[in-house]
Amino acid sequence: MALLKSNKVIYCLGKISPSLGVVSTRNSSWWGGVQMGPPDPILGVSEAYKRDTNPKKMNLGVGAYRDDQASHLVLSCVRKAEAIITAKQMDKEYLAIGGLGEFAKSCAELALGNDNEVLKSGRNITVQTISGTGSLRIGANFLSRFHGPRDVYLPKPSWGNHTPIFRDAGMQLKAYRYYDPSTCGFDFKGALDDISKIPEQSVIMLHACAHNPTGVDPRPEQWKEISDIVKKRNLLVFFDMAYQGFASGDIDRDAWAVRYFIEQGHNILLSQSFAKNMGLYGERVGGFTVVCSDTDEAKRVESQLKILIRPIYSNPPMNGARIAATILNTPDLRSLWLEEVHGMANRIIKMREELVAGLKKEGSTHSWQHVTDQIGMFCFTGLKPEQVERLTKEFSVYMTKDGRISMAGVTSGNVGYLAHGIHAVTK
Amino acid sequence: MSVFSDVPQAAPVAVFKLSQDFNNDQFPKKVNLGVGAYRTDEGQPWVLPVVKNVEKIIVHDDRLNHEYLPILGLPEFRSSASKIALGDESPAIQENRVGAVQCLGGTGALKMGAEFLRRFYNGNNNTKTPVYVSAPTWENHNAVFANAGFEDIRSYKYWDAEKRGLDFAGFLGDLESCPQHSIFVLHACAHNPTGTDPTHEQWKQIAEIMMKRNLFVFFDSAYQGFASGCLDKDAWAVRYFVSMDFEMLCAQSFSKNFGLYNERVGNLTVVARDADNLKRILSQMEMIVRTTWSNPPSQGARIVAITLNSTELFTEWKDNVKTMADRVLLMRAQLKAKLQALGTPGTWDHITEQIGMFSFTGLNPKQVEYMVKEKHVYLMSSGRINMCGLTTNNIDYVAESIHEAVTKCTCQDFTTQS
Repeated sequence: MALLKSNKVIYCLGKISPSLGVVSTRNSSWWGGVQMGPPDPILGVSEAYKRDTNPKKMNLGVGAYRDDQASHLVLSCVRKAEAIITAKQMDKEYLAIGGLGEFAKSCAELALGNDNEVLKSGRNITVQTISGTGSLRIGANFLSRFHGPRDVYLPKPSWGNHTPIFRDAGMQLKAYRYYDPSTCGFDFKGALDDISKIPEQSVIMLHACAHNPTGVDPRPEQWKEISDIVKKRNLLVFFDMAYQGFASGDIDRDAWAVRYFIEQGHNILLSQSFAKNMGLYGERVGGFTVVCSDTDEAKRVESQLKILIRPIYSNPPMNGARIAATILNTPDLRSLWLEEVHGMANRIIKMREELVAGLKKEGSTHSWQHVTDQIGMFCFTGLKPEQVERLTKEFSVYMTKDGRISMAGVTSGNVGYLAHGIHAVTK
Repeated sequence: MSVFSDVPQAAPVAVFKLSQDFNNDQFPKKVNLGVGAYRTDEGQPWVLPVVKNVEKIIVHDDRLNHEYLPILGLPEFRSSASKIALGDESPAIQENRVGAVQCLGGTGALKMGAEFLRRFYNGNNNTKTPVYVSAPTWENHNAVFANAGFEDIRSYKYWDAEKRGLDFAGFLGDLESCPQHSIFVLHACAHNPTGTDPTHEQWKQIAEIMMKRNLFVFFDSAYQGFASGCLDKDAWAVRYFVSMDFEMLCAQSFSKNFGLYNERVGNLTVVARDADNLKRILSQMEMIVRTTWSNPPSQGARIVAITLNSTELFTEWKDNVKTMADRVLLMRAQLKAKLQALGTPGTWDHITEQIGMFSFTGLNPKQVEYMVKEKHVYLMSSGRINMCGLTTNNIDYVAESIHEAVTKCTCQDFTTQS
């Protein structure tokens, strides 16, 4: 009886004074109730790969470019830019909240094209961000504050981190059909159908090129129809462009959809990453752009972005942005970069072709056309979880359970082995 | 019709607006005593010699690349940074209950800590837990915790404007009367903006009450080494609390003491009860990092890690830090001497009693306005000046300007003491 009473007292106290949470004694911990966070699906792949002693093992989980010797590549244009920067002996004063101005400017120009009307009229605001993730996060926070409560529609599937980013920012996620597992291609009809039902003013996330994780991109005619229906439904477009240049090898081609949408009058939000296309992964180089109605709106939006950024990290890191800006604004470095990006994209395309050829040679009767139809770093092989498991166990080929492989981990030295393994588990 | 047509213009961040105004000012004798960055006696930014050396090492090391760091950051950075705060011989480190998250500057470390606390401290997602920041405090503290979701941010008494020192009785009073489990943001040393720190004895009393009342300790350490010139001295309070067995967080910034402002080098040191708690805490920190910036920038952390892990470079760094701290101490001494020589009303002992980059001069808003508008000496409306903005070239002008401001703008806020 007394116990019941005292429980009631504690409960009431808890109500009156919400700050009275868990009572802790000196020897107990504040964090006793903190659970172990779930292991990262991709890191788990890399960890298992590291432990494997098979000399023929392959890590196809990694989302970072490798050259044909399977080593990390620092682009020549990056090394050259670094030498230039070092020689300048610049100071380390804080950047503005929105980052390095010349970086933001060239970042926007790269995406939109130098002659874009938006840039000429100054009705965009572009800020430097902590790579693609940081860009998406700022965008999500901005939408949550100024465009809530609206839902965000992601393609099905999408990059795994999109959902927690938007959720953390307080937005709800929904999906539209995108990938067709029966064709390993684009479910165009399903996408249009779903998009046509999205409530007005919702946010729709589009991967500008080299869709992650499927590698499946709409064709230009398909983009046109998507643009039309998005316009009809009055949806707010948020483009995620993490692979400009890396997909087809051509920066303008890869930005086509973004530029088309702007031309069609969509005032888009845009996230850019320079992690892959400049190999600046760990330097955290990215941009976030809001295309506004006019310069006045751009100024107001900019002021609010600063208010959002300041309590997260105050201002962004200099090093990577300085490298990127130097490359983009130094003509011969820029040409060198375009060549190197082209080279990376080409190597990936070649590996796709060799994989398909290898599978044919192995005698596979399946259609592997999707491997060469898909584009960018990732390939959705179509392998089922059991087949993935066998591929890992019997051949030490490490990839994610959804059948996704990073083509960046494939080399001329191991593509034959990969074809052999895939055939073995699918014949 | 735009979805953003209703977005209002936000007010600019004060300290950056001040710098902007300064930059636009054409007056030849203008002085910038605003934003908190070190300046040489020539009024120039200073890239530490040790940093230049390490950058050369990095650029010439072909083994280094730009790959992603782990989510929690560069391991050798995290551990050496925590050692700097807690001491090489720290029992807590030896007991494997100290971990860290590499973050984007001190701001990022505060942000990560705040997000973690909001999710897991005092219940799950208990946004009503009071967060106490000093009155006054760094203007971004409030926003960091508010943005992390805390709804009840209060201030604890700290600065006594009348006696121009610590309101210790008021501080203790707030510690005694606040709701249990409140979070307190404590400045490890060189309090920003007042430059006024508790003494060791006072820290002991603060710790005693915080332990008794189950208050959460969150240290903000942005000036270690920069305050007294000695790393260990500046870390005394943090280490004392660790020795008193607190589970706590310490946000560290390497912006000032390494002069790496724009590389965003910070570290959130976590002191847990034991290794198991630490493991779980860090796993949850990873989740928060992943949705904010995925993984931290590598350049700055590398510079710090290489420096801290080399005996030679570490010595060179400590030397560089002392250079900065000594110049500040010199400017303090000279400013006080000049004000006394001018016979400027009031006492100016607080200028040399205060420590670190900032001084709370005691100038009231009217006097500050006079300084900015009439004398083109830029300082925060709180009366805070950055000592680093003073040089042998401008100190006379600044002293005279203060003298003028005080004698011309008499106001009840400015009490004199002899």
